[in-house]
Amino acid sequence: MNKVQKAFERGKAFIPFITCGDPDIATSEKLIYEMAAAGADLIELGIPFSDPTAEGPVIMAANERALSGGVTTDDVFAMVARVRKNCDIPLAFMTYANVVFSRGIDNFVRKMAELEMDALILPDVPFEEKDEFDVCCKKHGISLISLIAPTSNERAARIGNEAEGFVYCVSSLGVTGERAELSNEVGKLIAEIKKVKDVPCAIGFGISTPEQARDMAKISDGVIVGSAIVKIIAKYGKDCVPYVRDFVSAMKKAANSEI
Amino acid sequence: MQKGRFGIHGGQYVPETLMKAVTELDEAYTKYKDDPDFQAELTRILNDYAGRPSRLYYAEKMTRELGGAKIYLKREDLNHTGAHKINNVLGQTLLAKKMGKTRVIAETGAGQHGVATATAAALFGMECEIFMGKVDCERQALNVYKMRLLGAKVHPVTSGTATLKDAVSETMREWTRRIADTHYVLGSVMGPHPFPTIVRDFQAVISKEIKQQLMEKEGRLPTAVLACVGGGSNAMGAFYNFINDKSVRLIGCEAAGRGVNTKETAATIATGKLGIFHGMKSYFCQDEFGQIAPVYSISAGLDYPGIGPEHAALYDSGRAEYVPVTDDEAVNAFEYLSKTEGVIPAIESAHAVAHAMKIAPAMKKDDIIVINISGRGDKDCAAIARYRGEELYE
Repeated sequence: MNKVQKAFERGKAFIPFITCGDPDIATSEKLIYEMAAAGADLIELGIPFSDPTAEGPVIMAANERALSGGVTTDDVFAMVARVRKNCDIPLAFMTYANVVFSRGIDNFVRKMAELEMDALILPDVPFEEKDEFDVCCKKHGISLISLIAPTSNERAARIGNEAEGFVYCVSSLGVTGERAELSNEVGKLIAEIKKVKDVPCAIGFGISTPEQARDMAKISDGVIVGSAIVKIIAKYGKDCVPYVRDFVSAMKKAANSEI
Repeated sequence: MQKGRFGIHGGQYVPETLMKAVTELDEAYTKYKDDPDFQAELTRILNDYAGRPSRLYYAEKMTRELGGAKIYLKREDLNHTGAHKINNVLGQTLLAKKMGKTRVIAETGAGQHGVATATAAALFGMECEIFMGKVDCERQALNVYKMRLLGAKVHPVTSGTATLKDAVSETMREWTRRIADTHYVLGSVMGPHPFPTIVRDFQAVISKEIKQQLMEKEGRLPTAVLACVGGGSNAMGAFYNFINDKSVRLIGCEAAGRGVNTKETAATIATGKLGIFHGMKSYFCQDEFGQIAPVYSISAGLDYPGIGPEHAALYDSGRAEYVPVTDDEAVNAFEYLSKTEGVIPAIESAHAVAHAMKIAPAMKKDDIIVINISGRGDKDCAAIARYRGEELYE
């Protein structure tokens, strides 16, 4: 049973991202439990890729750390299998097309279903190229998450119409990473999507402070935070868990502070 | 629905943020490619500024020494800025100007594409920023200086292997940040649609000229056309107008580095498998988990883990052959062509020369080989000297 919708049933959703294997798989596993306990509604698990073209320097460095530590897709799958014995929080994989494709798309997605994963996010697979992936995702009950960006304009409605799970709304131009200021422009695209489909919309890219989480939650159904968390992990290494837990707890509260 | 396919290859695997940019580019190119004014303006610049048509030279001494097929050199090295790269760059920059863009960005490996882009930006009065792997900045220091001299800003890329693939990734990231006024002048027949088609069309002038020039000199088609392949733009340009002439063998020469049985290689067809990367489906050097391999070649311009989608399709159909050539063979050919014909080829082009040296002796005297000398070798002299154990300071 797909649990993505459940992530949007506890007020504004807070969706943290970590790169699996940064600093190591054991810490990633602990982070999942603690983030779930701290109020995360869905967790994005990054499977490291050698050339993450949609990422800014913070998450790029996390990918490099994980890969140089020898982490593979198999290790990530094994970790999720352990997690699923202890925790039923909705989980999404975030990775790049080639990581999925090289394993055989159907094999990869079937494995996700076995692991009770819920969603798949592929930033280098736009609407025009999604069919090959979507066929397998539909077959195995995995939501292939659609992304919209400030440049989507008239594409937004078309994308929204076929969206599954939730829509990942990219806050601003550029790659992942913290931004000093975020505009509310993405709110207009969310309105376009809501006109065509009743699907949750979460905003990501550039959100790092409780104020930003509050402001972005006002115009959406949830916020996604990656680089700010990865930065804490980079700073504290294996000792990062309590710091990340406190941050997630503060961000979940901030996102829901003005309901 | 799916655009820009060559068989199963190609496509548009880019983040949603870039879809608008590639769609706009596709529309603009569709509009201008058949516009007689655009084509006339481009031809005038290619001829008067870049020095086209480039010569087709009969390498008589080399032919005699190898004792087989007649060998012709297509002298793209004689173009302004010293390589075939200028053909594509002038076309794309003119297109960008028509689209109202005021800034161009580009990746570069050996630096030839970066120098060509900086040159076109100077010519058209546009802002220019070049992304180049830090390792490549070091091995091609002279080209870095040239780009700066031409008014471009050069960003050394330190991520990953700090070579061409990382430069491509970083230029894509930069394009994602700033799209409205910026065109990405992609340097090879790769990346998302419409780049493989645009770059091929702008490079196809090479095979168009070879055909005319050889008709004038020999009154017939060549037996084989040889070109080096990284992403594959000079090869695609040299092959394109011969694809329907089934008697012409099309041979792409890949960089095998220290050998296809080692990890230090960049021979994609020989060692890669089907994948999705840098906006396209094609063949890529990668590990069992789909991680892109840290490839190696003595040639910074061929040091790329993928191959353009149209080459991948030509390989699938059997229309073109792809052969690996090692560093050693390329360096030998670099020295051989210099001594024999007085032409110092780019180390990239030397890969094609090396393969010609292998196959020409066994061919008939009335066979004709055309080797595309895609660039000149001045930029490589210091590195080749070092390869031979000589300390040479520029």
